Amino acid sequence: MTSTGVLVGKHFYQGDEACAEGAIAAGCRFFGGYPITPSTEIAERLARRFPEVGGVFIQMEDEMGSMAAILGASAAGARAMTATSGPGFSLMMENIGLAVMMELPCVVVNVQRGSPSTGLPTLPGQSDVMQARWGTHGDFALAAFSPWSPQEMFDLTVHAFNVADRYRVPVLLMADEVVGHMVERVVVPPEDQIPKWERKRPDPKRKDSFKPFLAEDPDLVPPLAHAGEGYRVHFTGLTHDEQGYPEMDAEIHHRLVTRLVEKISHNAEKIVRTEDHFMEDARIVVIAYGSTARSARRAVKDARREGVPVGFLRLVSLWPFPIKQFREIADQVDAFIVAEMNLGQMALEVERHVRRPVTGVYHAGGAMMPPDRILEAIREVANRGDTHRR
Amino acid sequence: MATPIVVDSHPLDAILRADRIPHIWCPGCGIGIAMRCYAQAILDSGIPLDNHVVVSGIGCSGRVAGYMKIDSYHTTHGRAIPFAIGLKLANPNLAITVFSGDGDLAAIGGNHLIHAARRNVDISVICVNNFNYGMTGGQLGPTTPFGARTSTTPYGSPEFPFNFPYLLAASGANFVARWTTIHVRHLKRDILYMFGKPGFSFVEVLAPCPVGFGKLNYIAEGLDEMLLYKERCVIADGIPLDELGIDLRADQPIYVGRFVDRDLPPYKPVRLEDIK
Ligand SMILES: Cc1ncc(C[n+]2csc(CCOP(=O)(O)OP(=O)(O)O)c2C)c(N)n1
Ligand code: SF4
Ligand SMILES: [Mg+2]
Repeated sequence: MTSTGVLVGKHFYQGDEACAEGAIAAGCRFFGGYPITPSTEIAERLARRFPEVGGVFIQMEDEMGSMAAILGASAAGARAMTATSGPGFSLMMENIGLAVMMELPCVVVNVQRGSPSTGLPTLPGQSDVMQARWGTHGDFALAAFSPWSPQEMFDLTVHAFNVADRYRVPVLLMADEVVGHMVERVVVPPEDQIPKWERKRPDPKRKDSFKPFLAEDPDLVPPLAHAGEGYRVHFTGLTHDEQGYPEMDAEIHHRLVTRLVEKISHNAEKIVRTEDHFMEDARIVVIAYGSTARSARRAVKDARREGVPVGFLRLVSLWPFPIKQFREIADQVDAFIVAEMNLGQMALEVERHVRRPVTGVYHAGGAMMPPDRILEAIREVANRGDTHRR
Repeated sequence: MATPIVVDSHPLDAILRADRIPHIWCPGCGIGIAMRCYAQAILDSGIPLDNHVVVSGIGCSGRVAGYMKIDSYHTTHGRAIPFAIGLKLANPNLAITVFSGDGDLAAIGGNHLIHAARRNVDISVICVNNFNYGMTGGQLGPTTPFGARTSTTPYGSPEFPFNFPYLLAASGANFVARWTTIHVRHLKRDILYMFGKPGFSFVEVLAPCPVGFGKLNYIAEGLDEMLLYKERCVIADGIPLDELGIDLRADQPIYVGRFVDRDLPPYKPVRLEDIK
């Protein structure tokens, strides 16, 4: 074990464990959480591992407290995280909004289960993806990623911390029960190969004139001063001016909220990730994410063996939505199929960005999507002739 | 016309955000007095100002964070304590004070309050108890005395209020005191004492809210409530905790003082080297 506790090498990890290890590798040293299936193993692993690496693990009394605690830790300079599932995610919405408004970096892992309400505690779902985008009140933007393997539970946890710190935004890791509980090979790279994007920090020489919410750079991200550094900052969830002081003014409010949204949309290219296969000749494209993408890839391969010109596009990031990637392929493609473990949530977003027929393969959750259902949909769309309708 | 008195400096300039004055509080409000005591305690503490951090929730009392010229966090309703816990555990060198209202800390944030006391996390809490939700216009709160009128208990409150010292002593706090806005010396002294006290410490400050609470309960002016404190308050450190409830109806004493001062071990994150 190295001094920073990163367990470099090849492992056989459960997705939730890989997420915990990704957090440690990313330098996360604060976890505040409340146990909930199917995310609990993340807390349990960090409860064992943080005492080894000097991290703070605290089991809070509920998810509102968990969110508040990680924001406090973030304000003091720590990389901080919590993990939950649907019912807890709902309770975290309140302070996800505070994180947006205070521009405090943090990572929230949601290992999704069948929902709504208590739903299916031990079984998978993907029906919180729109809540991730719009769950807290108001206009805002944040980033959300959808891992499809234990390896990605590790990699995207690291990426989530990097995006959170770099853009001062809450980042959501929208896993699902299948990926969280699946056990697979996970390669933990040597520390110098783990990417690290730093928080922008104020210039100590300009301490007296420092305005904690003044974004001078084109990236629209203000530098972040931590508690105890002498900047005497004020942070509030109220609408505030560049000094951080409350201002009840429509113009200031509009300017602030617009910047909070644009700092993500303008930097989307650096945040967004997608993966695609077989796109060269694709006339139909199957869109999927998380565990459903594993079934989708299999279905696409089977369909290609049958001679259907179908491609595969995986949403590694859900939010911001990879608009540019869709615009690029929209001209070449005749029809889209969206497979997801909900009743058509990301499909709404796909429809918004492509002027092509979109066919949904939906299930409310509870079991991994069988590849055959997606294969059938591919055959149907191919036979229907959407592919020749140009 | 009289010439206005102009002052170049104020004794609290180092610690208040003068650029945010005038404050939002009503004439006769007690919050400013409590903030004054907190500010003076900080200046007297010997702890560098840069190490002091104030965390507030939402409410008139919660606005204190916005007036203190130290690192200050005005969080969401009820969540000041867990936010403060995150700050403290991520940087144990900070002297963290939560300054908020009775509704914020005991209603929506009540669960965090008792759990922070149970864990004995090393933070100080100043709770302004004005018997109501001042900011939203004077509604019933968890400390509204039985029978008192508020905008949502127009016939008098049918509920019994929390007795803070009793609640916090049972929850595990290391230090619990109660003062009012006429007890400024005691209050400042005990805030200062909290800074040096390991573990969870809590001071309740009874404060007039003439606009939200007083006017419906025959204590229409801030001064009236100050006089009421003067008449009724009894410094009584030894009174059994369960007798510390506040009843404004009858001509009963309001007990103030230090009620808990003990040294249970404060919360410490688990470290492997401490176990081996
Ligand atoms: C989640 C939420 N619910 C309700 C409110 C409205 N609200 C603002 S302040 C407040 C009560 C504050 O009471 P207290 O803590 O006693 O502070 P005071 O104003 O009396 O000092 C309420 C209910 C809010 N801001 N957020
Ligand atoms: S409403 Fe009450 S608590 Fe709020 S500022 Fe006015 S007097 Fe003070
Ligand atoms: Mg109040």
